[in-house]
Amino acid sequence: MGNKKINKVTDGITENLFEFAEFDDAEAQRAGYSNYSYWRSTWQVFIKNRVAFALLILIIVLVSFTIIQPYLPNQKHPTKIYIDETTNMQLRNHPPDKEFWFGTNSIGQDLWSRIWSGTRTSLFIGVVVGLWEAFAGIIIGALWGYVRSLDRIITEIYNVLDNIPVTIVLILMTYIMRPSLTTIIVAMCITGWLGMARFVRNLIVIIRDREYNLASKCLGTPTRRIITKNLLPYLVSVIMLRIALAIPAAIGYEVFLTYIGLGLPVSIPSLGNLINEGRALMMVPSLRYQLIFPAIVLSMITISFYVMGNAFADAADPRNHV
Amino acid sequence: MLKYSLKRLGQSLITLFIIVTVVFLLMRLMPEEGYFGQAYEKLDEAQREAILAGMGLRDPIHIQLLNFYKSILSGDLGVSNIYRPKVPIAEILKSKIPYSLYFGLTAVAISLVFGVSLGILMARSKSKFWDKLGTCYIVFINAVPAAVYYLFIQLYLTGIFNVPMLFKADDPRTWILPAISMSLGGTASYAMWMRRYMVDELNKDYVKLARAKGLRNKAIMVKHVFRNAFVPMAQYLPSTILYTIAGSIYIESLYSIPGMGGLLVDVIQRQDNTVVQALVLIYSSIGIVGLFLGDILMALFDPRINLNKKGGAR
Repeated sequence: MGNKKINKVTDGITENLFEFAEFDDAEAQRAGYSNYSYWRSTWQVFIKNRVAFALLILIIVLVSFTIIQPYLPNQKHPTKIYIDETTNMQLRNHPPDKEFWFGTNSIGQDLWSRIWSGTRTSLFIGVVVGLWEAFAGIIIGALWGYVRSLDRIITEIYNVLDNIPVTIVLILMTYIMRPSLTTIIVAMCITGWLGMARFVRNLIVIIRDREYNLASKCLGTPTRRIITKNLLPYLVSVIMLRIALAIPAAIGYEVFLTYIGLGLPVSIPSLGNLINEGRALMMVPSLRYQLIFPAIVLSMITISFYVMGNAFADAADPRNHV
Repeated sequence: MLKYSLKRLGQSLITLFIIVTVVFLLMRLMPEEGYFGQAYEKLDEAQREAILAGMGLRDPIHIQLLNFYKSILSGDLGVSNIYRPKVPIAEILKSKIPYSLYFGLTAVAISLVFGVSLGILMARSKSKFWDKLGTCYIVFINAVPAAVYYLFIQLYLTGIFNVPMLFKADDPRTWILPAISMSLGGTASYAMWMRRYMVDELNKDYVKLARAKGLRNKAIMVKHVFRNAFVPMAQYLPSTILYTIAGSIYIESLYSIPGMGGLLVDVIQRQDNTVVQALVLIYSSIGIVGLFLGDILMALFDPRINLNKKGGAR
């Protein structure tokens, strides 16, 4: 319009520029509207991290495979002892072949199905312990950080509990309940929440007095809204990180407990038990596959959870959102 | 500072007192078979009672507690009953601590040097080759349980370097691999934190000012960024160093080093109460002292931290 040569002033006037605008309520609201959604942004940032996304797919595949593996055709039973038909002896330390994909162990059990059964056990322990840690840790940590009069006493309790050797608790637990899956989970739950509670407490202490919280309090925001809209999005990323890391940590801890002889009974395959069995045979080079296969599966699982947890925590941090 | 330290000391003593009492009572809850080990089946009821009474375990619980406090206050850790019968606990510790201390301190030194330099290197080449390589290392070490990579190091590196698999006190070659394996975890965590703090600090205004006034990059790194980034790490340094006394269960049992590593687990399983109590006492005091020294060290590194006043926010 600007380039057009105008001979007479009245020629350049277009009528519609001088019409009265109607007041439209919906249009007026639009400026203040944003279609920002916390979880969608988190997801968008997360899938941009290609390594983490690939590992997420790997985890989904691994987890669903461990769940459906026993129902697939031609799978061996993880605790059945296989007999060699020609000699009528146990099929001991059979090297990997078509029949036994990962070979057999020292008493003739199929290592392939034992590994997946062990993964199932270990993942189950990890998920249960991780969820419990988050549940107990957040509640106690929030009380610890929020209620100022409780600060001293919970700190004192924490100091005492943190210094009692876990081994004593574990042995007492196995004494009361006999060694089993439940025992190990309960024992890990009893002591596991401490770190999480302390962590949540520190976070809450840091952000509860920030200016933006003060400001929204002055503006009359109810406490519930402050917690859900101001504090929780801040905590979500780190709490998710802790849960994601609690799973590999619990798996590693199970390996440790088995190593010092306080883990699961040998009859329940778990990654810790498998690695311990493999360790007993590692001096014979031809039998090292019994250590290497479980170690590879274990590392794959823990590494994927670790990387994915970190990437998700980055993505869940509102400061990284667009 | 003195007033603060005294107050802190008083609090710690109370905490220590509670911990030791709780552990004492927990040990009394343990099944009594543990006191006899293999011999349990062979003894009859009267013999068992006699042995337990001889250990003072049939006295009323408050008298046992009182005797226990008395012996601690007189500085006597007591005598081992089951682990090595009739040997003073101080003696057992004296023979074991030097090994753990040697490996632990070497590992801390190695991990500090390599971890901090790796962290700085990673922060300086952010999202370039070294950063990515370092991240891979950190992820691997943090995610995979230590037992697994310790095992593989022992399995393959001893073969490659042609050193004996097990530790021998008079063969210096066998001292190296355990110390290096022990340092791997520390290296990873130092590198991770160093990188994170360095990256945080590098984005701050004072770095831009220092650059604007024409300071060279190296001077900014050493004089400004490093010092600030090291402060949060300084807090954990004393505890880390003190805790080396406790040894590493994995490393010491893998290489069969006669150190402190498995001692606590071992004596708890055998229910050698006196040794358990002594060890818990030592470890918790280490923890408490370490935390205190950490606070002081942090205040020394960063003059802005004042231990006497409460922070403005709280």
